[in-house]
Amino acid sequence: MKNVKAVIEAIIFASETPLTAGKIREVLGEIERSEIIDVLHDLVVEYNERNGGFYLKEIAGGFQFRTRDDLGVWIKKLKRTRPAKLFPAAMETLAVVAYRQPVVKSEIDRVRGVDAGGVLSGLLEKNLVRMVGRKDVPGRPILYGTTKKFLEVFDLKSLSELPTVPELKELSE
Amino acid sequence: MGYEIKLDIFEGSLDLLLYLIKKNEINIYDIPITLITEQYLKHLEIMKSLNLDLAGEYLVLASALTHIKSKMLLPVQENGEEDEPDPREDIVRQLLEYQAFKKAAMNLDNRSLLGRDVFKRGGIVCDDMPDTKEISLGEVGVFELVKAFREILTPAEEEEFLKIDVDGMSLSDRINDIMEMLAGQSSLTFTDLMGKRTDRKGIIYTFLAILELMKLRMVSAHQMDSFGMIRIFPVAAER
Repeated sequence: MKNVKAVIEAIIFASETPLTAGKIREVLGEIERSEIIDVLHDLVVEYNERNGGFYLKEIAGGFQFRTRDDLGVWIKKLKRTRPAKLFPAAMETLAVVAYRQPVVKSEIDRVRGVDAGGVLSGLLEKNLVRMVGRKDVPGRPILYGTTKKFLEVFDLKSLSELPTVPELKELSE
Repeated sequence: MGYEIKLDIFEGSLDLLLYLIKKNEINIYDIPITLITEQYLKHLEIMKSLNLDLAGEYLVLASALTHIKSKMLLPVQENGEEDEPDPREDIVRQLLEYQAFKKAAMNLDNRSLLGRDVFKRGGIVCDDMPDTKEISLGEVGVFELVKAFREILTPAEEEEFLKIDVDGMSLSDRINDIMEMLAGQSSLTFTDLMGKRTDRKGIIYTFLAILELMKLRMVSAHQMDSFGMIRIFPVAAER
């Protein structure tokens, strides 16, 4: 293959969701994983140095082109749609699921001191939260966890990128 | 001294409790339980009087607080083991945990959200919305509409006589009129739709018709900024 870099750049461009190195390897065939990683990092650097309107970012275990943070106002003007807003109740519920997953609904209720049923179904509908299984206790309640889309929407490489609870305390002080 | 009512929207019983603790600048590890329980119950009363739905969780916490209060009133028994756990311990732990998640939620909200702060390729661009050269049309709520309604009503009131209406206007007539006016138009202002109907009844009917149409999602109302002009868009044309 002559221009691996161009090929990789093209398929990331054409992909709807963040493209993982594994998927790229699947497409490209006989090529070392390490080479793909190198190319990806080259690309990330190139776009950063270019300092244009968008750049390549590692998101949800893959790579995706994104517009620069400070240009959102222009895109909103173009699209003229209001982004689906997450209300504080939804954010809190999402935080509990993200940090405590896999977690049952009764635990979310307990932490927030309020029934999370409606909010939780909203998050399921938005595909930010999913059912990951059932807890092995009487009644076999559903366990919830976050989705890949959650990582994509919240600009996270992986769940480990979320600040830990003690780190949060520092941030707020 | 009057009791100042400040009603934020609380996310739950713990949120309310946390709010009271912050408001009183109380050390979370040493909650004056009598004061807090009193204020908590007062808030529940206000919420009840406003006909807000009081979820069961609020009452559960109220009873827990009252229980702690009664426990703390009991004299400490001085036989042998002195390390009786503080009855407030459970609630403090719960509050700290909730506080941590509240912070986590804020932290999540501060990230660059896809579709809000950053964007990926593609997506829908609305072309059929008219270019009104107005920056950022925010959707208006009922309160802004009521305000606009009141403004229109004010000049009308001056020349009002007691009139007996005989032309028998109905709400469905007004709805049909408005939809007709909007047909073929990209948008009209609230005042346009009022037309010459400056009598009180006409205004009220127009207003009710717009509200009804909004409820049916046949029109949508947008405003370019606070106190700005309200524009009514027909919705049916979009899809």
